[in-house]
Amino acid sequence: MVRKNNQDQKGQPTPAAPAPSTTEPTEPAEPIPEPKPPVQVFYCAVCTFPVEYCEFGSSLSKCKEWLKDVRVDLYERFYSEDALQAKIGTMSLEAQSKLEKDAVEKEAKADAKADAALKKKLASQITIKRIERNKRKHVTAIHGLEAFGVDLKKAAKQFASKFATGASVTKNAQGLEEIVVQGDVGDEVFELIEKQVGVLKGIPPDNVEFVEDKKKKSEGA
Amino acid sequence: MFKRFSLSSDVSGQTPVKSSIQRSIRNAVLSQWKIESSTLEVLWPKKEALTHVKCKDHLSIYAVQGEPIFFQHSDGPIYPTLRVLHRYPFILPAVKVDRGAIRFLLAGASMMCPGLTSAGGYLPPDDTPLEAGVPVAIFTEGKEHAAAIGITKLSTIEMRKVNKGVGVEPITYLGDEFWAIKTV
Ligand SMILES: [Zn+2]
Repeated sequence: MVRKNNQDQKGQPTPAAPAPSTTEPTEPAEPIPEPKPPVQVFYCAVCTFPVEYCEFGSSLSKCKEWLKDVRVDLYERFYSEDALQAKIGTMSLEAQSKLEKDAVEKEAKADAKADAALKKKLASQITIKRIERNKRKHVTAIHGLEAFGVDLKKAAKQFASKFATGASVTKNAQGLEEIVVQGDVGDEVFELIEKQVGVLKGIPPDNVEFVEDKKKKSEGA
Repeated sequence: MFKRFSLSSDVSGQTPVKSSIQRSIRNAVLSQWKIESSTLEVLWPKKEALTHVKCKDHLSIYAVQGEPIFFQHSDGPIYPTLRVLHRYPFILPAVKVDRGAIRFLLAGASMMCPGLTSAGGYLPPDDTPLEAGVPVAIFTEGKEHAAAIGITKLSTIEMRKVNKGVGVEPITYLGDEFWAIKTV
């Protein structure tokens, strides 16, 4: 403790060069207090809020289900009849029932949105395109991974290290980002997707489409 | 402030902070927050590197071991992140809004004086007032933990006296896009 105290005194005045003496007097007078322990906050795994705020999120019914499962004591504390009565506090009953109605609507909206996003995601295609650069040289362009929340730079890195080759994120002729890997590695890429390796987790192999791009053909077909 | 914020589009770079600058930041935090150096040491150990996450519009986020700890706009006040405030709720002065205001607060709305002065709200008493332009923890009626961090737009004495218009502007709140960022 004493040693730490000295360190602090030594460390503090130096950066505050213009007025070194102003902060000093109060500190050394009393011993350095023990650090205050942090408050442990129990956060909701569904909406990420402290559980007491789930009622203001957009997933209340799911939050409640989860809390009942993991901490029935807290569930009782927040959602029993008495708790519901008590928490209304200074709010009018009218405002409270509006709040509850809002929570239900919010959740329905959020669900519909998530549904639509999921549908869109499940329907989106990934293309693996073999592009002929010259007679025996190919590159492989992978497009559409970002729709599944994949970080393209990370995926390119993963391909580069897996195949010991070059890989980069570039914009294609349509201005869309894609990953270009040196070499004819389409089958290997597909295999990684099938095995759900690394950042490719969650990508449905069924959505993968193979495309061939020969030199003689016109671009972007 | 963080209604629209994303790591991919708002961050321009991450750099480790030089130790001399770390010292002056540490002193600034100690002078601006109500925290003892021994407690700050637990939150931000001297031996841990501080990362400066540079963002658009002169916003700086500072992280320890990948967790954002505090942030600052230009050379404005240093705000803790809401998760840090949850752990150390005493580091900022407290105000409280009534239950009716909570859903507006969590939509990023400015907190009007009546929501702070009503029976469900709280402002520090007039003999220990807060000035305008002071970072505050925004607690809410019936809840244990703060819902937001804000800045006073009026002194608390004026809020009581005038009792209309904006009293506290939220800076970051539960569910905004900064809340969504747990690691950088
Ligand atoms: Zn929840």
